Amino acid sequence: MRRTRIGRWWYKFSRNPLSVVGLIIVVGVVFCAVFAPWVAPYPEHAGPYVNYREANQPPSLAHPFGTDIFGRDVLSRVFFAFRSSLLMGVVVLSIVVPVGVTLGLLAGYFKESWVDILIMRITDIFLSVPPLILALAITSVLKPNLTNAMIAVSVMWWPWYTRLVYGMATSLRNEYFVQSAELIGASKFHILFREILPNCVSTILTKMTLDMGWVILIGAALSFVGLGEQPPKPALGTMVADGAKYLPEYWWISVFPGLAIMLIVLGFNLLGDGIGDLFSLEEA
Amino acid sequence: MNFSRYLLRRLGYSVFVLLGLSVVVFIIARLVPGDPARAALGPRATQEAVEALRAKLHLDKPIYVQYFFWLRSVFQGDFGESLYTRRPVIEDIREFLPATLELALFAGLFMAVFGLLLGVLSARYANTWVDNVIRVLAYLGIATPAFVVAIILILLFGMYYEVFPTIGRLSPGISAPPRLTGLLTLDSLLSGNWIALVDALKHLFLPALSLSLGGLFQEARITRASMLENARRDFVAAARAYGIPERVVIAKYLFKPSIIPTVSILGLDFASLIGNAFLVELLFNWPGISRYGINVMLRKDIEAIVAVVMVLGVVFTVVNILVDLVVAYLDPRIRLVERGE
Amino acid sequence: MQDVLLDVQNLVVHFRVYGGYLKVLDGVTLQVRRQERVGLVGETGCGKTTTMKTIMGILPKPPGVVRGGRILFKGRDVLSMRPQELEHLRRSGISMIFQDPTAALNPVFTVGEQLEDAIRYALGRRDHASVREVALSALQSVALPDPPRILESYPVQLSGGMRQRVCIALALAYPKELLIADEPGTSLDVTIQDQILRLIHRLAEERKMAVILISHSLGVIREWTERVYVMYAGTIVEEAKTGELFARPLHPYTGALMRCVPKLTGTGIAEGIPGRIPDYFDPPAGCRFHPRCPHCMDICRQRKPQLFPVDENHRVACFLFGRNSRG
Repeated sequence: MRRTRIGRWWYKFSRNPLSVVGLIIVVGVVFCAVFAPWVAPYPEHAGPYVNYREANQPPSLAHPFGTDIFGRDVLSRVFFAFRSSLLMGVVVLSIVVPVGVTLGLLAGYFKESWVDILIMRITDIFLSVPPLILALAITSVLKPNLTNAMIAVSVMWWPWYTRLVYGMATSLRNEYFVQSAELIGASKFHILFREILPNCVSTILTKMTLDMGWVILIGAALSFVGLGEQPPKPALGTMVADGAKYLPEYWWISVFPGLAIMLIVLGFNLLGDGIGDLFSLEEA
Repeated sequence: MNFSRYLLRRLGYSVFVLLGLSVVVFIIARLVPGDPARAALGPRATQEAVEALRAKLHLDKPIYVQYFFWLRSVFQGDFGESLYTRRPVIEDIREFLPATLELALFAGLFMAVFGLLLGVLSARYANTWVDNVIRVLAYLGIATPAFVVAIILILLFGMYYEVFPTIGRLSPGISAPPRLTGLLTLDSLLSGNWIALVDALKHLFLPALSLSLGGLFQEARITRASMLENARRDFVAAARAYGIPERVVIAKYLFKPSIIPTVSILGLDFASLIGNAFLVELLFNWPGISRYGINVMLRKDIEAIVAVVMVLGVVFTVVNILVDLVVAYLDPRIRLVERGE
Repeated sequence: MQDVLLDVQNLVVHFRVYGGYLKVLDGVTLQVRRQERVGLVGETGCGKTTTMKTIMGILPKPPGVVRGGRILFKGRDVLSMRPQELEHLRRSGISMIFQDPTAALNPVFTVGEQLEDAIRYALGRRDHASVREVALSALQSVALPDPPRILESYPVQLSGGMRQRVCIALALAYPKELLIADEPGTSLDVTIQDQILRLIHRLAEERKMAVILISHSLGVIREWTERVYVMYAGTIVEEAKTGELFARPLHPYTGALMRCVPKLTGTGIAEGIPGRIPDYFDPPAGCRFHPRCPHCMDICRQRKPQLFPVDENHRVACFLFGRNSRG
């Protein structure tokens, strides 16, 4: 029974070739990140490696993405940079989703009480400034490193989930199944997490998949201005910024890491759209 | 029409939200490890000098008192004093903000105009090759960070073909128009300096394009989706049924309701546009507030950081109010429901 | 037969969906004579609205595809009309009142804007004052209070009943020969629905229009029409004079439909029809009603019954009443 259900999902999912492309990209990126030490042609180039004789080589068979000014293989560094990018996405979402969703459920369920007013006003405050700017400001007053970048992005990202779940919870709380749960005296905890939350899961999952891409993009933006993973550890944004100084002669140093960011975001976008379609078809 | 009351309520709430934002930013700024006064004066300064600066900046007082002093400085209009340049932050902002505004304005214009255009085209020729090309471009455009777009554009147009300049706001040798608004295009237009106007527009093109691309395709996708959705609605069928010519049905009865979601999302897209301006300005050597902002952030110039965040928060809020007003103008449902409350 | 206004022959319409087609209309045949009031009755989803939208040339394509059949209005083929001819047809020939007035009115334009546009293009008039005059009289003719204020209003500001009247005004702002009324007033309460039906009846009499009244309510059909078509799953299963049909329903589906209506004198609740409307993606072969039919025979599973005249005023598509040969 369970297998046929997964089979049906896969059938629906795979009807849109773009979703499958997204899945392949994401699986590919995750694979390269996890197995970077084995997949990367020059794993030692991910660290403080210097070989000026090999510096600034254009793309070739030996170095498909060329080499940077220290003679390090750009492709290998991109694979290792996937690690911090994905780590950032996973860590940020695993902080932001529980917090944002819980607040959204509370505010939505207790609509028009002080809980709602307090939570949603704070949410609005955090949404009143372009997210990247707040993240930049937070990271800059702390020490610039990957951990603080993750903290900064988390601080500005939770309100989106709060607002999303708030909207759903306010309408769900009037549904009969919630009202009957209230009538039989179910606890608030039960109503919030067992009655309302399961009905939001498909939307939240879709948004999470899309957000993996966006969080990684913001992370790349932070490292682009030097507020993310610190050298010599590779980060996609840092590599783009470093290479930008040598445009147009050594264009490969920044263009390939830039395209790598695009690839990750594209992969999660396509996958997210596919998952979204899956749920909307499931409901139809 | 109770438009003014709607506007007033919207404004009032924005002021509240911005005050809230200032508290949040202020708290974050004071979380800095270490002593800002010591950091500003350097390790060689005497303890007395540091104490004096701390007293002058009210750093020796509790944080809510500091906030009060800061708020007073805002209402006095100077936003405090930069720890490094030792001049009122407002002067820096006045110098750098117009360049960013001009850039954001043009990028926003590109976003709205070309986004709508592509979206309408895509919907009009749905499922043909035109639509498919636009949709593939949209997937790529949305996924590419603005700073990567900037690098590719610099490579393509700026350096290999040299059509558009990639550095600064004006070419060397062209005299800037007298500063009236700080927006070069507007200033040169006002002073009749056509050479400067053309040159400023050329300089704007690439940075504005790189900033707008992601949002532009986002707008195109939303326009396409909402046009196709509305095309199946009864009110479109009804307009046809009442003998209204096809071109009017499309250009009026289908178009107007379909662009409401596009306009609504403009505010959000503008947020990411301003955020990305921080990165794109670096690449194009654009002397705007974002580049200034990055510099003060890297130097931990607290007063300036707070000011930059607040100023951009204000810009963003104003843009959102404008977007809401346009949406309310387009969509009577919003306007009239607001009134009923 | 020269007084036949609308003649629909064997209309087949499919909807493109992912992985195939929904075979919604499967040979719909119906006629309307001048000034006749014809009823079309059937369950929700049986294709009544699709038939009417196809007649008006406003079926959304895609996903809709006309696969066969002919629609003649005053002897002219509607399906092969050029866009300008279709526009002309809608301006002077046929008009339609949509099922849901809220969905049929454009939410972002005032009533006046929509009404005046319709009038302007239909009458080819440019000057604003005379267009407005026609608009005001259109609103007056549907008994709306304070027409100038209605003109300034957005649909969202009007009640359901007022929206329905506005829709009628839009449809009948200028003379037409045929009015299609798709479940008028169904979304409103019964007294207002009755007023709306009275209004349509009065306007049809005054303007000598033919009317197709679509409904799933047999009571409405019985009260307001002269002749009835019964539709089931995209096919016409029975056609008769209204009185005749109610006195002597022949098709098993018609009979079942009538037993569903709760009677004031009755004790207990009405019967339902066992089974459900078939899946249009993979409709039953032969007679589409056969899976639900208590009298189902072998032939019903294999061949599609054609409308078969039982007498001059009564035709039925069912093998119980004759082995009609064309099938």
